Amino acid sequence: MLFDWRFAWDILPRLAEGLVVTLQATVLGMAVALSLGLVLALARRSRYRLVAWPAGVLVEFIRSTPLLVQIYFLFYVLPDTGVRLSPLATGVLALGLHYAAYCSEVYRAGLESVPKGQWDAAIALNLGRWRMMKDVIVPQAIPPVVPALGNYLIAMFKDTPLLSAITVFEMLQAAKLIGAESFRYIEPLTLVGVVFLLLSLLSAAAVRWVESRLRLEV
Amino acid sequence: MEAIIRLRNVHKTYGSTAVLTGVDLDVAPAETVSVIGPSGSGKSTLLRLLMTLDRPDAGTLEIDGESPWTMTRNGKSMAANEAHLRRVRGKVGMVFQHFNLFPHMTALENVTEAPVHVLGLARGEAKARALEYLAMVGLEDKAHSYPAHLSGGQKQRVAIARALAMQPKIMLFDEITSALDPELVGGILELLRTLAARRTMTLVIVTHHMQFAESSSDRVLFFDGGVILEDGPPADIFRSPRHARTRRFVESILETVR
Amino acid sequence: MNELILLLLRGLAVTVELTVAAAALAVIIALSAGLARLSRRRALAWPAAVYIEVFRGTSALVQLFWFYFVLPFFGIELSAFTAGTLVLALNTGAYGAEVVRGAVLAVPRGQLDASAALNLNRLQTLRRIVLPQAFPAMLPPAGNLAIELMKNTALVSLITITELTFAAQLLRAETLRSAEIFGLVLVLYFAVALLITAGVRLLERRASRGLERA
Repeated sequence: MLFDWRFAWDILPRLAEGLVVTLQATVLGMAVALSLGLVLALARRSRYRLVAWPAGVLVEFIRSTPLLVQIYFLFYVLPDTGVRLSPLATGVLALGLHYAAYCSEVYRAGLESVPKGQWDAAIALNLGRWRMMKDVIVPQAIPPVVPALGNYLIAMFKDTPLLSAITVFEMLQAAKLIGAESFRYIEPLTLVGVVFLLLSLLSAAAVRWVESRLRLEV
Repeated sequence: MEAIIRLRNVHKTYGSTAVLTGVDLDVAPAETVSVIGPSGSGKSTLLRLLMTLDRPDAGTLEIDGESPWTMTRNGKSMAANEAHLRRVRGKVGMVFQHFNLFPHMTALENVTEAPVHVLGLARGEAKARALEYLAMVGLEDKAHSYPAHLSGGQKQRVAIARALAMQPKIMLFDEITSALDPELVGGILELLRTLAARRTMTLVIVTHHMQFAESSSDRVLFFDGGVILEDGPPADIFRSPRHARTRRFVESILETVR
Repeated sequence: MNELILLLLRGLAVTVELTVAAAALAVIIALSAGLARLSRRRALAWPAAVYIEVFRGTSALVQLFWFYFVLPFFGIELSAFTAGTLVLALNTGAYGAEVVRGAVLAVPRGQLDASAALNLNRLQTLRRIVLPQAFPAMLPPAGNLAIELMKNTALVSLITITELTFAAQLLRAETLRSAEIFGLVLVLYFAVALLITAGVRLLERRASRGLERA
């Protein structure tokens, strides 16, 4: 019997433990990415070239290089600088940084799509720069890009297995350990694949639903 | 003489809108028919059905005695296969409001494309034919230009040459001057007049240009609300229409022209 | 120091090999699956849709492990390099199929009308009218996918293919100079990404000749 359903059933609890860590990493990583991404986007739009240019280079660099290598970099280099983080924390930081670069591009598009008249009106009302961004511009920039941000959330979710390379006990790591112990790889790996597929299809549908709700309001 | 176009009780609905609600029509070979009427009355849809771009929901449509969508084999009628559809389709050609030239091909290539790949003409023969038709529309010196470098009027002329090069029995023109700048319209209408005068093909022309319809067609169809409300010689339709709606439409169009 | 660089360069060569091989395969897969997905024949469209959804909806690393660890149980023994190239191609091809589909659907409907009016058959319309117009629109997203593919080659280090990231791990274990090694490796990947971007931009310019819309 190629696929042992009994065995598959038995290993579900352990895979579920891994799933919990997967979800933790995704949520925390996204929190970092969403906030850091906005900072990067604003930095890139800064009038001061000393701020805008390095931010731009950093974003391009992060987007063009493998996440796995970035994870290794943080995992091995941070302890040398005296920063001691758990593997999960390191992973969250790496995911957060990597996707902050993508989110910053999304935020930039959102900011650019705010009609110029809004900027003019805010300036005409003599709102300070900080207030203008906080109350007028950013609230209009974000709703149109929520679907794109949602898609990056799903992408990050699918990247969490990379954390298995630095010993984080997420779903793929759980499957690998089960496989190494029992020499049965087909059930754990297939189950993990199915869980990813189901969750990402569900999330994609959720993102489309959010998109349609936002479109109706416009 | 056997009608080259025959429609009986043709219906067509798009989504929840009934665009054609029972159209009957006979067109004789080599007739020039103008089609007028308010927007949304179904004129373009009629042309799309004649060009077999869409299929009637009900009723019969025959081109040169055959339905494009059904065929008879061994005495039984059945859904037509692709070969049959394309054989009937080959008798009809169409020029569109927005030209629809192939942007990645030169004018010459646009005109030779179908003769080579559909009619199977040798390249040399197709090229000679294409240059003839481009000359007929006055554009032989633009043969190697891409559509992006042509004016609207020039693009429409190439589109006309492209359709004529297939030498169909029936030519359809769907408001071919509506997307053109006013000063280019006259040239295109002149081209149509020349074609009509030759009497080599059946022409069905959807148009807003009443003077053209009056002076150059054998027959005018007034479309309204999805049916042909009036059908007759230009003199009747324009000078003494039977329906009040026809009169109102004709008068309103002539008003704007004046 | 020189040995370090030499080892990394050999790893880089494998990375480039993987990228090129997988990219070539991915193009074929993307065109086939994208066009199949558009077909009116269910027998073509459905399997294509399933393939696209599965490979886009699951993690590339999970796919890699599945191919490497599970296929042997079905009697299919693939070398690590073959498994890696295959998975990379299938993964990228799924995203590529959506790019193909989007570009073909974006060709104006009037072009289809004109083709039908000229009595071109479906294959002629696709080959001579639709695809030439869809192709330039595919290039920018394809360029992004090429860079994604290059980045994903790092994953195959986890099934012991000796590409650049694997080489970096080896060196780190030996020399413990993590910052320099991974820093250099990141720069090398960045350089390849810039090359890919430049190459795609060249292709874009050549493909758009004659298609400038006035």
